[in-house]
Amino acid sequence: MLACTTKGSIGEEMIWRVVVGLRDGVRDPRGDRVCREIAQHLNVTLQEVRTLDVYTIDAELDTAAIAAAAAGPLSDPVIQEYAINRPLATDFDILIEVGYRPGVTDNVGRTAREAIEYLTNRPFAHGEGVYTSTQYLLKGSLDKAAAERVAADFLANGLIQRWTILTPNEFITQGGVAASVPKVVTEGHPQVRVLDLAVSNEQLLQISRAGMLALNLQEMKTLQAYVVDPAVREVRARCGLDALTDVELEVLAQTWSEHCKHKIFSARIDYEDEQGQRQTIDSLFKSFIVKATRDIRAAQGDDDICLSVFKDNAGVIRFNDDWSLVFKVETHNSPSALDPYGGALTGIVGVNRDPFGTGMGARLIFNTDVFCFASPFYAQPLPPRLLHPRRIFEGVVEGVEHGGNKSGIPTINGSIVFDDRFAGKPLVYCGTAALMPALLNGRPGHEKKALVGDRIVMVGGRIGKDGIHGATFSSEELHAGSPVTAVQIGDPITQRRMFDFLLIARDRGLYNAITDNGAGGLSSSVGEMCEDTGGCELHLDRAPLKYPGLQPWEILISEAQERMTLAVPTENLARFIQLAREMNVEASDLGCFTDSGFFHAFYHGETVAYLDMAFLHNGVPQLIIPAKWTPPTLSEPQLDCPADFSEVLRRLLGRLNICSKEAVVRRYDHEVQAGTVVKPLTGVANDGPSDAAVFRPLLDSFEGAVVAHGICPRYSDIDTYHMMACAIDEGLRNYVAVGGHIDHVAGLDNFCWCDPVKSDKTPDGEYKAAQLVRANQALYDYCLAYSVPLISGKDSMKNDYQIGTSKISIPPTVLFSVIGKIDDVRTACTMDAKRVDDLVYLLGSTADELGGSEYYALCGELGSNVPQVDAATALARYRTLNIAQREGLVASCHDLSDGGLAVALAETASAGGFGMTVNLAQVPFGGEPRNDRILFSESQSRLLVTVHPAHRDRFEQLFAGQVWALIGTVVSGGKLRVEGLAGEGVIEAGIDDLKEAWQAPLREL
Amino acid sequence: MAKEVRAVVIAGNGTNCEREVAYACRLAGADVADIVHVAELLAGRACLDDYHFLNLAGGFLDGDDLGSAKAGANRLLHAPIVGSNEKLIDQVNRFIAAGKLVMGVCNGFQLMVKMGLLPALDGDHGAQSATLTVNDSGRFEDRWTYLKLDPESPCIYTRGLAGGIYLPVRHGEGKFVVARETTLDAIEARHLIPLKYCTADYAEPTLDYPLNPNGSVHAIAGVCDQSGRLFGLMPHPEAYLHRTHHPRWTRDEALPEAGMGLWLYQNAINFIRAELL
Repeated sequence: MLACTTKGSIGEEMIWRVVVGLRDGVRDPRGDRVCREIAQHLNVTLQEVRTLDVYTIDAELDTAAIAAAAAGPLSDPVIQEYAINRPLATDFDILIEVGYRPGVTDNVGRTAREAIEYLTNRPFAHGEGVYTSTQYLLKGSLDKAAAERVAADFLANGLIQRWTILTPNEFITQGGVAASVPKVVTEGHPQVRVLDLAVSNEQLLQISRAGMLALNLQEMKTLQAYVVDPAVREVRARCGLDALTDVELEVLAQTWSEHCKHKIFSARIDYEDEQGQRQTIDSLFKSFIVKATRDIRAAQGDDDICLSVFKDNAGVIRFNDDWSLVFKVETHNSPSALDPYGGALTGIVGVNRDPFGTGMGARLIFNTDVFCFASPFYAQPLPPRLLHPRRIFEGVVEGVEHGGNKSGIPTINGSIVFDDRFAGKPLVYCGTAALMPALLNGRPGHEKKALVGDRIVMVGGRIGKDGIHGATFSSEELHAGSPVTAVQIGDPITQRRMFDFLLIARDRGLYNAITDNGAGGLSSSVGEMCEDTGGCELHLDRAPLKYPGLQPWEILISEAQERMTLAVPTENLARFIQLAREMNVEASDLGCFTDSGFFHAFYHGETVAYLDMAFLHNGVPQLIIPAKWTPPTLSEPQLDCPADFSEVLRRLLGRLNICSKEAVVRRYDHEVQAGTVVKPLTGVANDGPSDAAVFRPLLDSFEGAVVAHGICPRYSDIDTYHMMACAIDEGLRNYVAVGGHIDHVAGLDNFCWCDPVKSDKTPDGEYKAAQLVRANQALYDYCLAYSVPLISGKDSMKNDYQIGTSKISIPPTVLFSVIGKIDDVRTACTMDAKRVDDLVYLLGSTADELGGSEYYALCGELGSNVPQVDAATALARYRTLNIAQREGLVASCHDLSDGGLAVALAETASAGGFGMTVNLAQVPFGGEPRNDRILFSESQSRLLVTVHPAHRDRFEQLFAGQVWALIGTVVSGGKLRVEGLAGEGVIEAGIDDLKEAWQAPLREL
Repeated sequence: MAKEVRAVVIAGNGTNCEREVAYACRLAGADVADIVHVAELLAGRACLDDYHFLNLAGGFLDGDDLGSAKAGANRLLHAPIVGSNEKLIDQVNRFIAAGKLVMGVCNGFQLMVKMGLLPALDGDHGAQSATLTVNDSGRFEDRWTYLKLDPESPCIYTRGLAGGIYLPVRHGEGKFVVARETTLDAIEARHLIPLKYCTADYAEPTLDYPLNPNGSVHAIAGVCDQSGRLFGLMPHPEAYLHRTHHPRWTRDEALPEAGMGLWLYQNAINFIRAELL
């Protein structure tokens, strides 16, 4: 070893520190941005922030090798300079260096290590590594206490990062920042403990709590009874087992978790409606969701588009004879609340693995994302532990940006919903669609089956303590406990390499089945796959680890990212592993699938788990939940018509739920793969809000996929039944607006609820459970009415924040995503007005339905008249619209949603760059019309369409017998003029003025 | 080699646009457009010698973790080929010496610049003299840009094109900067900047955001070497192959079927057919 007497050595080990910074005179946009954001977030004004990158290299390399690395891959000779084992920072008032805590995924460190290996042609030895950190050089008047706040509240996240703060004097005295290596050092040796369950109820619960197992008493007692069953004991004795091992307990806790077993959706619910009628619902999932799809498929017969529903990681529908579409939407709420960047990044790369691990595997074609946040301008004091909504906004957007962009998957559809109750828990929905060969090596691509004797092969990243008990970690323990396990950071490149490899392996027919390692890690992936054969033998000691010292149970349930599990026939194993090696992907043989009837795990040859498959998968007792629907007492506000409608319209356009999200949309690559035909932004200046996205997955075909969504949590405050109905209609309405084929579409439901189980913590559980029942009733009713089968979904049922006496529950929220087909993308429509003199039509009728509307919210009211959906007339309208679109009659089409007709008119006109004159007296209205009701009602199933005068007759003939009206004309001159019921002018506003009002609020975010 | 135009797109470790680039090559008339994973090249089962047109596609090589394309450049410069004494860079150098065409788009452009392949003044394809760095906005952005052509450029790909072209950029590190002003003077004087960000009428190059999306000096969007055969650009020509790629295709019925990005590939393929077969 080269002698190193500088501070670069720690003990006997060789530690190198390479610091890289920009040369004098080179602008530092990262520093500029941090400076700007510190001012915005913390109200701390600094003169300047500059940044330096630090690589701490813990490897036996000589000076020449380090110098070559510093001058080569680690720095850019044109704009950067570097220092080795000496400081580089100068001219600052405070220096903050932020690095990762031990065990946290360090993607840049991993890439730096590989680069040095290429450069030196010397693989790193076990235990060697590269660790990265960032130095922020702050100039301005702030003391160490203020710097601590900058570090803790903005630059770093204490869960995953640590920091050093130095003044210039300290920096000089210490000779720079001391090197430190965040290597994981684990104590103790791997061992398997056995648990004595012959204890009191209180002690059983204590075991569950202490182990963070989230098992309730009934479940713990089921386990207690299982191990004393004489038949079970006899079988276990053959493997040398008696009491449950910690490995077994953890597998059971994972498999029986709410996350994996959906216990609330599987529960028996005793429901009482407002008339006192009682009903027992045996599983919401079976009674409403599965039943809807089954009934629809039966009715559709030969027109059934479903290929694989509910049973796999994602749903599969038919695209054409050769290809199938795969779609899945997930939530990643709790991790995003803790670490917005890492949580969201993991959310997107995590949901990527779902379609990829569906059937025999599928190529990913697009992402969608929907976020629910509190206002980024939230100015109230926040309860302890909550991050400011603005920080959550920034972190989540950046996480999804990195996850999607780096993976080469366009993000083509999404939205952001604001409600201050989401301060308690932000919702982060991430969706991914994929394209799968209808037939693969002669068999349906959406089917798979592990066979007895197949090898269990894990592919991709290594296992660490990442995400162990992530779901059940409480806030207190997050600070006190081991930080390495709290949150995970996704690694898009490791995953990308794995996907590149697996697609080749798939096409060569090298495996029989594939699935994702998500929640529950190997315990879930192997546990589910071995249901195909009826058992497995899994050798935990053969799994590759990030660092030594993991307990066997940790190996089994770790949620370390970027891993898939496959069933590889023995005869293909060598070829499979050779291909993986060439493509820089790790693949490990962990055992085999059996038909023993047991989930059998070993550690160095000793049995550590031996669980009856039937008990593992079906042993969880059913939850019983009381539900009672008491409609809230609400009334309509008595409001006068506003004096200045133009001003109200501008204020509506500037509301967070309505305003432009362009700054976010542009941060996502929405065009990679060259398939995006209707992009998120459209119109004359590429800045109008598209209703949905149209994507051409095959470059040499004009067949397209269409994706859209509906989400309206505000209506939940009145009635979740109508909230659900409106979400379904909004999703479909957006879908047909761009030209999606209404008879070739499927839906996905993602429920995010507050805890609906009545308890001391949740005294209003019966009401929340009833809200859940009502939403499910609407889901069944409206999916059936529209003939939209559900193909997949997910639920996240504990979106509450509770510390001490402070409790925030999110509004019950369902994201209804739809995916379907357009036969020829050249018939797709966008929402922008196209030409002067085009006719403006409103399809559908308007009623006094302002309950939960954006207009009422602007007035500080909720109201009671929640919009109700008339699916039968809507379906006829959507089908007719499809015909008009295919015939090329529709110049533009825009859905009416938040803000009603007024907002739709403003958006269509300003995106098109034309004015519009409109007469409200023409609008078909059910009830007593008023200008404000017509303009701001959020009645569902309505669309604003512009049509060239030449197509007038044909268009009106198609819609004969339905509710529609010609309400105005597209005009030159850039003014939106709306005439009221009495012929009076109610709105007169320049479209540039309206666009400015719409763009201003979130432009800088 | 048979009388066919053979294009190759290198894939792997974070390339994202290889499929559409290969499709662009085929659409433009290439007889062969192979997507070859870099592992195939490093295993010695594929060889650049078998091709005329090397495409370095957009993406995030190694996540751009060390700066855009830095780790990727390091791999291409140092990775050995199994079963031979060659490194991959030897094949690249041989390819260039044979007068064949290399085009890098976005991350591929960053890769070429950081390997020293561009602008490679005076034929020095080894030393990095320029770089592409973080956008002035500090952010990744997806937006369409107007690009002014230099009719006097030796660039093969823009040969014969007049006025300008309209293409999307999708990057966080697209700001072109040079180490020395003399480099800038030289590439201007020799017309090695075939594309500059410009106003919507294609009249004037601009430094104004967002028309110039990243703050590139001299509004530089693309650069070629003196031979005109090596070319890199930040905007994505493979993202505008058909009228439905245009962000306003629903507004303009007169928009031609073929997209403007295809022109660059057609020029490359036509050149190969005329000069290299």
